[in-house]
Amino acid sequence: MTAVMGTKMLRKEDPALLIGENKFIDDIHAPGELWMGMVRSTMGHAKILSIDTSEAEAMPGVTAVYTGAQLADMGLWLAPLPCAWPVTEDMVNPPHNPVCVEEAKHVGDIVAVVLCNDRYGAADAAEKVIVDYDPLPAVGSLEAAVANEVMAHSDLETNKAFHWPLIPDPEGTEKAFAEAAHTVKAKFVQQRMIPSPMEPRGCLAIPSPAGGEITFYSATQIPHILKVMIAATTGIAESKIRVIAPSVGGGFGGKLNVDPDAILSVTLANHLGVPVRWTEARTEAAGSSHQGRGQIQHMEVAADENGKISSVRVHIDADMGAYMMLITPGVPLLGSFLYTGVYDIPNLAFTCDGHFTNMTPTDAYRGAGRPEASYAIERIMDMLAGEVGITPEEIRARNYINGGEAFENHEAASTLIFDSGHYRPAHDKALEMVKLADLRAEQARRREAGEAKQLGMGMCSYVEICGLAPSRALGGLNYGAGGWEHATVRLLPTGKVEVVSGSTPHGQGHETAWSMIIADKMGVDPNDVEVLHSDTAKSPLGLDTYGSRSLAVGGVAIAMAADKVVEKAKLIAAHQFEAAPEDVQFEAGAFSVAGSPSKSVHIQELGFAAFAAHDLPDGMEPNLQEQVSFDPPNFAFPFGTHVAVVEIDTETGGVELIDYVAVDDCGHQVNPMIVEGQLHGGIVQGVAQALFEEAVYDEDGNISNPSFMDYLVPSAMEVPSMQLDFTVTPSTTNPLGVKGAGEAGTIGSAAAVMNAVCDALSPYGVTDMDMPATPKRIWEAINSNGGAA
Amino acid sequence: MEVSITVNGSTYSRDVEPRTLLVHHLRDNLGLTGTNVGCDSSSCGACTIHMNGESVKSCTVLAVQADGQELTTIEGLSAVAEAEGISTGDQNWHPMQEAFQQCHALQCGYCTPGMVMASTSFLKENPNPTEEQIREGLEGNLCRCTGYHNIVKAVQSVAGGAS
Repeated sequence: MTAVMGTKMLRKEDPALLIGENKFIDDIHAPGELWMGMVRSTMGHAKILSIDTSEAEAMPGVTAVYTGAQLADMGLWLAPLPCAWPVTEDMVNPPHNPVCVEEAKHVGDIVAVVLCNDRYGAADAAEKVIVDYDPLPAVGSLEAAVANEVMAHSDLETNKAFHWPLIPDPEGTEKAFAEAAHTVKAKFVQQRMIPSPMEPRGCLAIPSPAGGEITFYSATQIPHILKVMIAATTGIAESKIRVIAPSVGGGFGGKLNVDPDAILSVTLANHLGVPVRWTEARTEAAGSSHQGRGQIQHMEVAADENGKISSVRVHIDADMGAYMMLITPGVPLLGSFLYTGVYDIPNLAFTCDGHFTNMTPTDAYRGAGRPEASYAIERIMDMLAGEVGITPEEIRARNYINGGEAFENHEAASTLIFDSGHYRPAHDKALEMVKLADLRAEQARRREAGEAKQLGMGMCSYVEICGLAPSRALGGLNYGAGGWEHATVRLLPTGKVEVVSGSTPHGQGHETAWSMIIADKMGVDPNDVEVLHSDTAKSPLGLDTYGSRSLAVGGVAIAMAADKVVEKAKLIAAHQFEAAPEDVQFEAGAFSVAGSPSKSVHIQELGFAAFAAHDLPDGMEPNLQEQVSFDPPNFAFPFGTHVAVVEIDTETGGVELIDYVAVDDCGHQVNPMIVEGQLHGGIVQGVAQALFEEAVYDEDGNISNPSFMDYLVPSAMEVPSMQLDFTVTPSTTNPLGVKGAGEAGTIGSAAAVMNAVCDALSPYGVTDMDMPATPKRIWEAINSNGGAA
Repeated sequence: MEVSITVNGSTYSRDVEPRTLLVHHLRDNLGLTGTNVGCDSSSCGACTIHMNGESVKSCTVLAVQADGQELTTIEGLSAVAEAEGISTGDQNWHPMQEAFQQCHALQCGYCTPGMVMASTSFLKENPNPTEEQIREGLEGNLCRCTGYHNIVKAVQSVAGGAS
């Protein structure tokens, strides 16, 4: 049997999805269900003077209307919504209840809840609830929060939530800047992004007819974490809560929270004894689902006369939004370790201030902190290249860790240990694939000819931290949980293999990938493997899917559990052969004894023997079932080089991405087809940040583009086909040598695109531009110099 | 009011509110949940179906407007292919469904039914499109997972096979 891992096996998930047979949250119904209609604040910051529910209550099908005050009085929850990452001891964390009682803190904050027996009726009735607001001054931008003149929370004296430093060697940093031949300083803005999975969020809580149990269906990335948090927040015993994530239509971080709707549906269903559900409307999502990014980065580098960097100094102001959600304050910190990028930079000084605003809370969005860091270092590398007078590729080559040669266990200035890296091959391959020399010649020709359409090329060499995470490291960062993952592997009596995984897919193809790992480890057909996941009754232990962790932590746990099953099966085989276990070989699923060809048994035949237990070795427990909770000893550090090519119409400011090359290294690959798909999608999300998307707020905290009419998720028209290639540098963190690929594309692409935009505009004296680089911004940049190149 | 709609070859007569969107009629009243809803501004195309052989966004059509019309949803696409004499292979799929799996043109699968319906309708209008024409033809359908790369490849492979 040839290896299955490393092949482009088609996905087991696809057939149900391709014929519409799978069930997403809004496809699932329970008899007697009531729809929640949320009455959401239309003000960024306001006192709630009164709420008139009479008209809504009189509408057909409406069974109840609850104001925030009424819900608070009902005592449905014990604690506010959780923040699992209090990054400092003194972090300010104002209570975030599922509904607000006296004061609304952002547009979208829930003020009252309607229950109705009909989808449309719930929406209608919510509109009939009349709320009398007294507007308060609002913090409608991160800049306003930092200025600290208006408070986002009236009862606080500051908008600042915390100050978090990472300065391993303060004197070294000072000295490096004092002695530098070149210093470059820049301010970068990471605009707010709306994660926008194509499936909006939704949930359905179904109480049991007796016994006080709740089955909670949710379009979530984190059923296991959600179960614990629902128990902690509501006081319902964990044993009475079953959380099921059905088919989930994308997440990108946007579905890894404990949202008000979850607590409201669970507690109201529990209280009323009827199923309670909610489906988010897309336009509602701008105020009901957390957003991503939202940072201002003040970045500085110090370098010698050749451009060799001695230190990075960075301060971040991070927009928390109105409240701390599950990991809101930790997101910018996830980037803190990466401000030195792929480079051998001995000093790093990082500080981050978190600030409250009257906007939708922020939290994880694809890459969570790491795209921001990668953007800052990779943009400033190009600026430094300009300062030193060398090319972008040369400044990088002069600074790569170990000169771009292979390394293992490199201690970065942040004190993190990079597991493995080999940066130069990806760099060389990417520049070759994009044909940089030809593009430079064409660029020069167009500049010389004064053509309207100008070319720009931009590169980005990134490294990211994935495989979240070693539990001890998370403890050191004051994160409220561990980072292990759990797996159970069972060889069933029929010879089929059942895998139980704590990872929770929402498009990544786990069923396929886990089957492939089992196929190689146990020598079985991948179609003989069944994967159970995303249901806390079937998979009680797990820490779910985010931070490019599923394969590097969860997949490794599966491989280790499979090894243990094989080990035990070998003892049974040896017993059947009447041979010593050390004489038994295992190859392609078959146990045999060297030199005795008649003595051979396939592992799948031993499933029944272990189950029947008629003739097992003395003292052996029946059944072949093994469990592993894998806690990784370190993170994994994927890397790569991306190159973007843009064409800018200097007359209109229009920008088109005309080519994109990515050479990535995520260690060994289980299914290269899935890896490529992850990169394609990730790259386009970074391109979208560079060129198209931004959640735009006014000074009162109103969002002006909540729908897909104005929030520009790119279509097929806006992006080109991509050229991908890979290098393979195995991780030293886990026995499979795998890293992660889910976020890499996004971490590499925004900087590459913006470097290309700035390259195209360099004849106009443009050295930087805020994202998204819209035609308006580009046109203004060109014309601010009178349009003269 | 009473509407009578033929969906995937079966005719359903139901009493609906005049304001009921066709997509909600299909999903909530007829139980055809393969067609998804991804937005509320007719922007994303997750709800794309065929009405009398042409693609429409079923969130932009009222159920009453579909009275007397013939609809195909993702659940009935392979039957339509069969009726048109197109080989549906071992899995009983329309070639576009097959191509989507072969090219890994879906990840979470939420946009997929709409994307497949839009793609088949597009190829009927333009059987031999260029890459740019495919991208333009699918402009009304958003996908957040794939970056469109493999979706374009899937459509190209069916177009190539048909030519």
